[in-house]
Amino acid sequence: MSLFSFTLIFAMASLSLCLVMTGIRFAIGPTLPDRITAFDLFVANIIGMVAIYTEFTGNEDFIDVGIILSLFGFLGSISFAYYLMKSTR
Amino acid sequence: MLDNINFLLIREIVSSVLIIIGVVFMTISTIGLLRFPDFYIRMSAITKGATLGLGLILTGMGIYFNEPDMFLKVMLIIGFTFLTSPVAAHVIGRTAVRNKIPFWERTNLEEFKDYLHKEHSAHRDHERDNKQV
Repeated sequence: MSLFSFTLIFAMASLSLCLVMTGIRFAIGPTLPDRITAFDLFVANIIGMVAIYTEFTGNEDFIDVGIILSLFGFLGSISFAYYLMKSTR
Repeated sequence: MLDNINFLLIREIVSSVLIIIGVVFMTISTIGLLRFPDFYIRMSAITKGATLGLGLILTGMGIYFNEPDMFLKVMLIIGFTFLTSPVAAHVIGRTAVRNKIPFWERTNLEEFKDYLHKEHSAHRDHERDNKQV
């Protein structure tokens, strides 16, 4: 196993650990904006995992998933915040 | 002279270093999300650390593939993320101030008190106007 594939496996493992820790904050977050920021970090983590998986397989089509995810993560958090501002009024 | 250099090895090393730095940034910001005491401090940790880590990981991937269309897609993702992450953080933070999410007790709110008072009183005026209509 070369140093490069070891780096990729290490990066994948620590990003998975990050996902677990974000899930813990998503579960125990005391307020709704905490959960919205945890959702933002979910999307960023998953874009990083998609990039590392693209480097694993060498298939260049997977990076389009990252573009779409970066679009939808922004839309999701903005619409959650808009709904929260509307509903408390 | 240039024939003796193994360019694939150089690309792999540069990509490995960038990916490891990005993953370390992301791990640190996630630990910050789990351990910081306040919503606003947590949101600041996420917005800076995770965005920089994501940009470093994607740059490492673009250097490894070494193709123009891949570089274009990577620059698209990085530009969009760097543009929209502060905007989303600003909107969520403003919503949290409106909804009176509590601050940490050791936060210095002296210069922020006027804005908080104005924001909350304006909010109340707005509610009263809605009721009259």
